Amino acid sequence: MINELYQEIILDHSKRPRNFGRLEDANRQARGYNPLCGDRCTLFLKESNGRIDEIRFEGSGCAISTSSASLMTEALKGKTVAEAEQLLKRFLDLVTKDQPLTEDLGKLTVFAGVREFPARVKCATLAWHTLRAALRDRGEVVSTE
Amino acid sequence: MATAARLDVAALRKDFPILGRPVRGRPLVYLDNAATTQKPQCVLEAILAYYRNDNANIHRGVHELSERATEAYEAARGKLRRFLNAAHAREIIFVRGATEGINLVAQSWGRTALGPGDEILLSHLEHHSNIVPWQMLRDERGAVLRVIPVLDNGELDLEAYERMLGPRTKIVAVTHVSNALGTITPVRRIIEMARSWGAAVLVDGAQAAAHLRVDVRALDCDFYVLSGHKVYGPTGIGALYGKAERLEAMPPYQGGGDMIESVSFERTTYNALPYKFEAGTPHIAGAVGLGAAIDYLEQIGLEPIAAHEHELLEYATQALGEVPGLKIFGTARDKAAVVSFTLEGVHPHDVGTILDQQGIAVRTGHHCAQPVMERFGVPATTRASLAMYNTREEVDALVAGLLHVREVFHL
Repeated sequence: MINELYQEIILDHSKRPRNFGRLEDANRQARGYNPLCGDRCTLFLKESNGRIDEIRFEGSGCAISTSSASLMTEALKGKTVAEAEQLLKRFLDLVTKDQPLTEDLGKLTVFAGVREFPARVKCATLAWHTLRAALRDRGEVVSTE
Repeated sequence: MATAARLDVAALRKDFPILGRPVRGRPLVYLDNAATTQKPQCVLEAILAYYRNDNANIHRGVHELSERATEAYEAARGKLRRFLNAAHAREIIFVRGATEGINLVAQSWGRTALGPGDEILLSHLEHHSNIVPWQMLRDERGAVLRVIPVLDNGELDLEAYERMLGPRTKIVAVTHVSNALGTITPVRRIIEMARSWGAAVLVDGAQAAAHLRVDVRALDCDFYVLSGHKVYGPTGIGALYGKAERLEAMPPYQGGGDMIESVSFERTTYNALPYKFEAGTPHIAGAVGLGAAIDYLEQIGLEPIAAHEHELLEYATQALGEVPGLKIFGTARDKAAVVSFTLEGVHPHDVGTILDQQGIAVRTGHHCAQPVMERFGVPATTRASLAMYNTREEVDALVAGLLHVREVFHL
């Protein structure tokens, strides 16, 4: 079971997160924080005409939260805001629902294993909750609590 | 000094029913004792027997059961008095736990004793429960909060402490044992030094009481707090020791039944100690369970427990030190059986999840002591905290578990 959680792709993205760092010309930004474990995520988006042109993140956290943020940025680059909202909803279903739809989730389906670890669901969703705040352009820090 | 009798760990493990329970299909290896300890059968039975045979409200009814309940509750207070070597039973106040004990002192003592510019001294080792109540008081009273620094090995910087003490120091609130690093602080010396400036001292004994002998009179502290669930008793009950003259001078913390002498709409006079501080129906069954836990601790003996835990700490420190990439935080000379560490290349939460899959329970995170984590430059650690029932085999299981963590992460 532990290897279903820590799949190669998760380990790879946690050790070498993609799109990591600040985005100086971001026009949307949000910060996420999990007060229970101290994980942090800052998300930078450059959006024009309803499309996410560029997305990067910064922060510190466990393998699950870091890889989730990394894979999320990969999946979102070039997507429309509406598509991002849709993906957000599907991802949350993936890690919390018993029988989620997994089609079109691509690499993100590796997070299906998180369902078996209720204590770790918040790690997987931190970046996504931060995304929601960024898309809705709320300036405050979002908390997983 | 006589050598303490050796602990028969195999025998006493049988007193704890939960230790025989498998977790994730493996034998439970419980190494999260600083969070809460497991409960021996005698504690479980005492709680059940109280509800079965004696349950009634205390200090009220004239009936048989109320008398029995009152007797059981006050007997538990007596046990705590002996356990802490307080002079009087009325110096023992039942509270929900160490946190409530500290809040009681901060609110009741602090509001009357502290004015603008007065100083509260804390240490950098404190748990959030010994920080936040004082910040609330500081903001309310315009007081000043100062922090005794900690050295690289996790010991307090006593020279800095000495320089910080002064005529404005009104209280020093310091932990007896650090929950995050295991440091045993030199509280006796800390209290002596505070005395020369007339400051009061509160000692947070949440992490100490199950591991070393506490003598509040020898320490000469003004206040000492502990949590029942960390000394093999139930949750929701703990004790505040306060010197009688301090407690007498303090206003009540909460108002309600049992803490009064007489009530009219014009005026209320308060009950004597300890009842002045015990408004409402207390956690009677909890007090009874805590009393049973103290009996159990005394029967085994704190000295053999401390000797066993110390030996296990040395074994664990050495064994963990051989795990590649493992770094231990907190290397104080005087240390309780807590090993806080990081494993290079793996976040503590991932360590915790992988260990859990092997039936090994540890704490991961900031241990409700974020300032001390920040001091050592880590957002989180993994913490193994040992108790009287832990064994070398369990330490070996932890080491094997950590090697497996490294495998999962291809290290």
